[in-house]
Amino acid sequence: MNDFSYTQAASAKEATGIIKEKPQAAYIAGGTTLLDMMKANLLEPPQLVDLNQLPFKGIEQTSDGLRIGAIERMSTVGEHPLVVQQFPAVSQALLLAASPQLRNMASIGGNILQRTRCGYFRDAAFPCNKRVPGSGCPAIAGDHHNLAILGVSDSCIATAYPGDLSVALAAFDAVLTLENQKGKQRRVPITEFYLLPGKTPQRENVLESGELIVAVTIPGAAHARRSTYLKVRERSSYAYALASAAVGLDVQNGTIRTARVALGGVGAQPWRSREAEKVLTGAPATEATFLAAAAAALQGAQPLEHNRFKVELAQNTLVRALQQVA
Amino acid sequence: MVSDLFPTPENTSEPQPDSNARRSFMKQAGGILGLALAPPLVAQAERLTAYSRTIEGATDLTLRINGQTRTVRAEPRVTLLDALRERLDLTGTKKGCDHGQCGACTVLIDGQRVNSCLTLAVMVQGKEITTIEGLAQGDELHPMQAAFLKHDGFQCGYCTPGQIMSGVACVSEGHAKTDDQCREWMSGNLCRCGAYANILAAVREVASKG
Repeated sequence: MNDFSYTQAASAKEATGIIKEKPQAAYIAGGTTLLDMMKANLLEPPQLVDLNQLPFKGIEQTSDGLRIGAIERMSTVGEHPLVVQQFPAVSQALLLAASPQLRNMASIGGNILQRTRCGYFRDAAFPCNKRVPGSGCPAIAGDHHNLAILGVSDSCIATAYPGDLSVALAAFDAVLTLENQKGKQRRVPITEFYLLPGKTPQRENVLESGELIVAVTIPGAAHARRSTYLKVRERSSYAYALASAAVGLDVQNGTIRTARVALGGVGAQPWRSREAEKVLTGAPATEATFLAAAAAALQGAQPLEHNRFKVELAQNTLVRALQQVA
Repeated sequence: MVSDLFPTPENTSEPQPDSNARRSFMKQAGGILGLALAPPLVAQAERLTAYSRTIEGATDLTLRINGQTRTVRAEPRVTLLDALRERLDLTGTKKGCDHGQCGACTVLIDGQRVNSCLTLAVMVQGKEITTIEGLAQGDELHPMQAAFLKHDGFQCGYCTPGQIMSGVACVSEGHAKTDDQCREWMSGNLCRCGAYANILAAVREVASKG
């Protein structure tokens, strides 16, 4: 790890002020992604700004939904009764992620900003358009068995967000509250927060320099209460998803009134599938409907040699998740 | 399947008291940290801004480890794991992957298990750190240590301190009520010798004794 100075910020204004003066400085909350990447010399910030004293805490009911402070830890949120009761898929996404140790450390804001596990991004010896724009993407002709099949580009096929939480947040219309260097707050739906790689895979989200994630708010809904997160991986625990599905259904008398679908492990960003939701809405809650929804969700897939299996895997994952909540 | 391993609306009721306890602890910790930073350091920081507490280069860090106050001179980049092993002669905590993937470095901070390899020592001042050396009471082993011996929960022993620390937390969290739940909630600790069956038996025995 490079040498750096450390500042415990007492306020958001102070934290953003440091980044304004020193744009290469980095925020730290749990540190589980940041320090991992610093040890691999992928990031070398001259200063770390500790956010843990900021008041971005608490899990509380508001008129817009359940508001979760960005500094709260994954373990706290995953087991919180209000999350478990109102958003089972969010709770499961959190508790199926990482390990108990990492969940005790990692913050919600940090999880949302988790970086890709693409091996070429994480090894500075290789070119990578995300890490060094314009240097190329060795994954396209190389090992890409765990990379994305939806929303990819000629520049990058990484699952830019490899985790679970944001998949569930995307399904249930979560909104992020952000605060910039001027102290001004704005609200961004998580489905508009991440950017597709296109020709600029180095830009992964809409955060401005120094902008902080303050909180995430999830609106309550019948389909959110009847939801699940199904995660398929290379071993049964403590691994990233090859494919995952966050789904919620509001079913009455066998007919689906509203549906929410998002896929993980297969998209260049957490993959909300409005195509699948369109097939599900108003249809009978049957296997035939679920199969049609799964086909719609993967229709635009652009698999390569080593990740072709993900098309069928993601479809089957989605069908099974829908069966679980129907 | 998930409902056996994780909280469900049926088995979750009131917000857990520990979330409030943690919050009030954090306020308290802020106060302790303020004290821990000796005046010269604060003065240095105050020159930068009115509130910031910036630490540059090697400084004296004050850590509470196994009930004792220890001082270690270290740069901000020194992890808790390296501070324990290289500066404080507490080599029971092991360095495996050094990237938060194996769990060999597991310690408790304020009773919660964390990977000390991804924890900066400077950030845990004012918190209560428990390592494998802090479990036994004199010659009397902690029940988890005794259970690992009884069930032969290791082969080479390298992952064992992390397994034991994680096992202690797993039981206190209430996540060792069934074999499947225990397997899931111990999955952050890898054992390349494959002593999992015996590790499971040890943790489950301690859990069943309540």
